[in-house]
Amino acid sequence: MSQAVHPLERSGTASAIPKLSVNNLEIIFENPATGLRTEAVKGVNLDIRQGEFVSIVGLSGCGKTTFLNAIAGLVKPSAGSIKLDGKSVEGPGPDRTVVFQKPSLLPWRNVLSNVIYGLELRGVRKDEARERAAKYIKMVHLNGFEKHLPHQLSGGMQQRVNITRALVCEPEVLLLDEPFAALDAITRESMQNELLSLWENTGKTVLMVTHQIDEAVLLSDRVIVFSARPASILEEISIRLPRPRTPELRDNPRFDYLAKRIWELIHSTAEKKVNPEYEI
Amino acid sequence: MKSETGILKEGRGMVRGVHLSRKRRKSVESFLWGGGVIFLVLAVWEICSNTGVINPMFSSSPSRIARTGLALIRDGSLWVHIKASGTIFILGYLMAIAAGIPLGVLMGWFKKAGLAFGPLVAACYTTPRIALMPLFIIWFGLGMGSKLALVFLSAVFPLIINMQTAVSNLDKDLVKVAAAYGATQRQVFFTIALPESIPYLMMGLRLATGRALLGIVGAEVFGGSEGLGYLIQYAGATFQTDKVFVCVLVIAAAGIFMDRGLYRLNKRFDGWRSRED
Repeated sequence: MSQAVHPLERSGTASAIPKLSVNNLEIIFENPATGLRTEAVKGVNLDIRQGEFVSIVGLSGCGKTTFLNAIAGLVKPSAGSIKLDGKSVEGPGPDRTVVFQKPSLLPWRNVLSNVIYGLELRGVRKDEARERAAKYIKMVHLNGFEKHLPHQLSGGMQQRVNITRALVCEPEVLLLDEPFAALDAITRESMQNELLSLWENTGKTVLMVTHQIDEAVLLSDRVIVFSARPASILEEISIRLPRPRTPELRDNPRFDYLAKRIWELIHSTAEKKVNPEYEI
Repeated sequence: MKSETGILKEGRGMVRGVHLSRKRRKSVESFLWGGGVIFLVLAVWEICSNTGVINPMFSSSPSRIARTGLALIRDGSLWVHIKASGTIFILGYLMAIAAGIPLGVLMGWFKKAGLAFGPLVAACYTTPRIALMPLFIIWFGLGMGSKLALVFLSAVFPLIINMQTAVSNLDKDLVKVAAAYGATQRQVFFTIALPESIPYLMMGLRLATGRALLGIVGAEVFGGSEGLGYLIQYAGATFQTDKVFVCVLVIAAAGIFMDRGLYRLNKRFDGWRSRED
């Protein structure tokens, strides 16, 4: 694995122990009916530091979402380990929350009850949950919409509720699975800016899967390029662009250079033939 | 952000306004057409009957039915039969709810229970229940027991099947979200499975109403000494066609009334579904 890249020394207190540490991760799916085995992820090593914003890009279907799901604890690794603060990840836990591509709000609950859903499942008292929710609802400018039902909101606002539901749990690591993929370009851009300011305010460690290269460059400290399936790390690219980031950064020649570089890397893997399923 | 939400609110209001007025116009229109045709049929029926084109002894006529109906209400006999049928209907229906909903939920939630009871339920569901009535009479007697059994068995299967369908076909994305937040099976059941199955429950209740009405009338036609089904059977056998029609109208009215009631109730529970669906 290339160790040439060094994460940004943003906080200054670079601790030796990474926040999230993935070692030699391997995920193989077996179809019980056909006995066909699909290697989704193979030999991935990745360390993420406290407060770092890391994005994973790669071809669609390359296994990056599977990788994220493994870190969320929703998929069991076949080999290798995932450690958070030195503790092995054995399933979903309060230290991680996931934002999926689809808002997936409970349609019969209003905005406020959707936001506190995660807290409710974790047994947080109702009044405390509401208090915490109010703070985050304000932060994402959803105040005044607490009583609205999901179908009364636009797609962008629904996704904002989805993100708030994850933020209010105050996880150690926020996992984002193509959170803006289903949004139109203009909404997406404003949501990216919002995510940036949220991240800057909360200092959370973020791992995001995306297929939008410019999004990855704009938001991240580091971009991990995944190969075609089975996913392994093709290259890690440090994004040494000034913070706080603004959309104007897209005019920066360095932004262009990095985006082009990542684009070329991804396309170099696309040449290889991708078999959806093959026998080992 | 502000402008976005502003537009959203205004837009919804406009859409809803147009929607409502169009709906009102539509309902007036459907009332005129539907009511007109019914009136026409009644008028032709009355004329044919009065002019002797058809024999009123066999076919009755709207005015005769109305007169008979009023007479039956006045002497209180209609009410006696309605009460008899209604009691068994309500008891059987409540028993079906008490048994059908938990059983359906169980079969939907535990795959093994679904596999075990699925074929039996399907077999019972497709068998015409009325064919079992002679057996019920042997087992439970000619009184309330056999009728109750038939009403219960008529109503219970739509409830079982609807609840099973609802609970075993949950929105996978919602279940995934719950899992990601570390929900236990119990939590998934109470926060996702139950609320998601309410529309199915309402549909099951509506179907069960129709089946239970069929059951009660069938059971009473078979035997006994009171109830609307008995009256239909008795009046028919003695050529009192007016009485038969009065009973049929009462049953139809009860069915429509309950169906509309449940439909309204469903709309209230179902407010979270977008209007576009």
